[in-house]
Amino acid sequence: MSEAATRTLQAPGRLAAPAGPASAGQIPPPLTPPHKGEGDFAAAMPRKTVDEWGLAETQPDPPPPCGEGLGVGVNPYAVTLPTRATLPPAFLVWLVIALALAWWLWSSSMPAEILTYWEDITYLAVQHIELVAWSGGLAILVGVPVGIVLSRPALRKVSEAALQIFNLGTTIPTLAILALSMSVLGIGTVPAIFGLWAATLLPIVRNTYTGLRAVPAHLVEAAHGMGMTPAQVLWRVELPNALFVIFGGIRTALAICVGSAPLVFLIGAGGLGELIFTGIALDELPMMLAGAIPTALIAVITDFVVGRLQFHLVPRGINPLR
Amino acid sequence: MIRLEHLTKVFGDPQRGVLAVDDVSLELPAGEICVLLGPSGCGKTTTMKMINRLIEPTSGRIFIDGRDTTQTDPIRLRRSIGYVIQQIGLFPNKTVADNICVVPDLLGWDRRKARKRAGELLELVGMAPATFLDRFPKELSGGQQQRVGVLRALAADPPVMLMDEPFGAIDPINREVIQDEFLRMQQTLRKTIIFVSHDLDEAVKMADKIAIFRAGRLEQFASPDELLARPANGFIESFLGSDRALKRLRLVTVADAMVAGHDAVRGDDPLDRAAELIRASGHPGVVAVDAEGRPEGWFSLPDGGGSTASRQPLRATVSTATDLRNAVALMFAHDMPLLPCVDDAGKLAGVLTYRSVVKSLATGAPE
Repeated sequence: MSEAATRTLQAPGRLAAPAGPASAGQIPPPLTPPHKGEGDFAAAMPRKTVDEWGLAETQPDPPPPCGEGLGVGVNPYAVTLPTRATLPPAFLVWLVIALALAWWLWSSSMPAEILTYWEDITYLAVQHIELVAWSGGLAILVGVPVGIVLSRPALRKVSEAALQIFNLGTTIPTLAILALSMSVLGIGTVPAIFGLWAATLLPIVRNTYTGLRAVPAHLVEAAHGMGMTPAQVLWRVELPNALFVIFGGIRTALAICVGSAPLVFLIGAGGLGELIFTGIALDELPMMLAGAIPTALIAVITDFVVGRLQFHLVPRGINPLR
Repeated sequence: MIRLEHLTKVFGDPQRGVLAVDDVSLELPAGEICVLLGPSGCGKTTTMKMINRLIEPTSGRIFIDGRDTTQTDPIRLRRSIGYVIQQIGLFPNKTVADNICVVPDLLGWDRRKARKRAGELLELVGMAPATFLDRFPKELSGGQQQRVGVLRALAADPPVMLMDEPFGAIDPINREVIQDEFLRMQQTLRKTIIFVSHDLDEAVKMADKIAIFRAGRLEQFASPDELLARPANGFIESFLGSDRALKRLRLVTVADAMVAGHDAVRGDDPLDRAAELIRASGHPGVVAVDAEGRPEGWFSLPDGGGSTASRQPLRATVSTATDLRNAVALMFAHDMPLLPCVDDAGKLAGVLTYRSVVKSLATGAPE
């Protein structure tokens, strides 16, 4: 054995390595579990706090539910403009109007002249509201179910054709509808309510149908896949998600209804139209305004009330107003 | 357990319609994940939707735990199967709590019990119940929505789950995180899962079994390892890609590929012994261990063919539980043709060489 061979490894070329590099090269337990969830993931990947998630990844609000097809090309009134929940700009407009009105009240004898019709105003306003409530209420009661039925998959093929029938109700001038209604049902409250109802129906049917059709297909699929019955899918998923658009239709419809209601005086149903048309015929401005101003007020109040209902009844998760 | 027997679906006219699924039969044991994989339009989603009868089969039968699904009311059947879709499909009008409790509510569970379970589930994925239960889906990030979508399917504790590209809509980083999280949950939950995917890497990672579809036909049904080792035909081979051998690395652990019982040198051995052992083993080197058996260096012979082994620094070792993909990456990164493999105590368990890696891939999956 040579001298070199008898040298042990303990000699100058020592084997024992310095501890540092060895331990540095040692791989730690794998950071990502190699397969089937091995390893402690939570330890390897510290979870972000809620605040970090929230700040970094809050998504922008989704666009408001689709309102396309709201009678575009069919009825220029049937476009729903979402009103703002916070008022400042609108408030300024109202302030200006109120100031102008106050100045006018102060400076003319007109208010006193209008108020001479007070008894007529209250009586006819109640009649007017009753007409609107009946025709608007019936239009909602009929329009929403019809919209729901037309949106069912079984009726998809006929629904557009059917909607054209409802279009007739709005494209024919309200006056003509009332005349037609009178020629069949005679004069009085019943033909008036029928005529207003027919003129009011379309925006409600159209928006109910469009709102339901715009509910994303994957929501409906998920609902079916989790074992909802078709009725449960409608009540728990489709209607809540279409509610905002349906309400938009109801607001539009009621505004049309209140605005058209004075016409029913012409077929003998009374209402504030009595003051308006008589005032025009007699060239009596205060009398005409005694009918027109309350009509406008009823329209504004109705829209405000339905707007509040829309704000509070549509769930927060899908309500673009809140 | 899920068994499909000669499942066929023709859309439209039975004679001239579109054949979407063509005579598919497979059997998935309870507690396993089966990934249905294939290019789009291959019938994988249709196959999945026939299991909860969102699509009714034209012919063939499906058994869940031995019971024919056509004998069950489809509504009851679906409530007993968890369902996750690619678009997540959280109901925007409902809070997170109400979304998770959809199926428990349908089943008529006690409301408070269901909400409590929703909170527990949220904790499982690291989302604080107090913060999230009353939020609406639009107030969550994409990853959080995806998690809630999976929790919703788990809420009523169904034994079977159908997942249609559940992680398809998230960015790659979050997807990895959620996949790992899901696999960790699956380790304790042991659901029987049908999972639709078109992503091979995801399939290899998630699956116990992969079913590859083409034009409605089941081309191969095998474990990921077997699939990558022995693709049944040319289509599958090209679908898996020419780098399928590399994809297999992820499925093999160091313990399976290493050469065990490596004859190491000790500090007090003569230097000649190192050269002797290298020549005897045919390895590119020999590991040196300390008194406790922990690797502390390695020896190799000079390139020119000299007879004296020289000591090399120990730049890396690898745990036996690591997958080969990471191990090979270390061998490349640190230029170590001989990689010592250590057990949990840090003791030398074996060595990995390029040849042992190649050999473990070549021998293929166990039959």
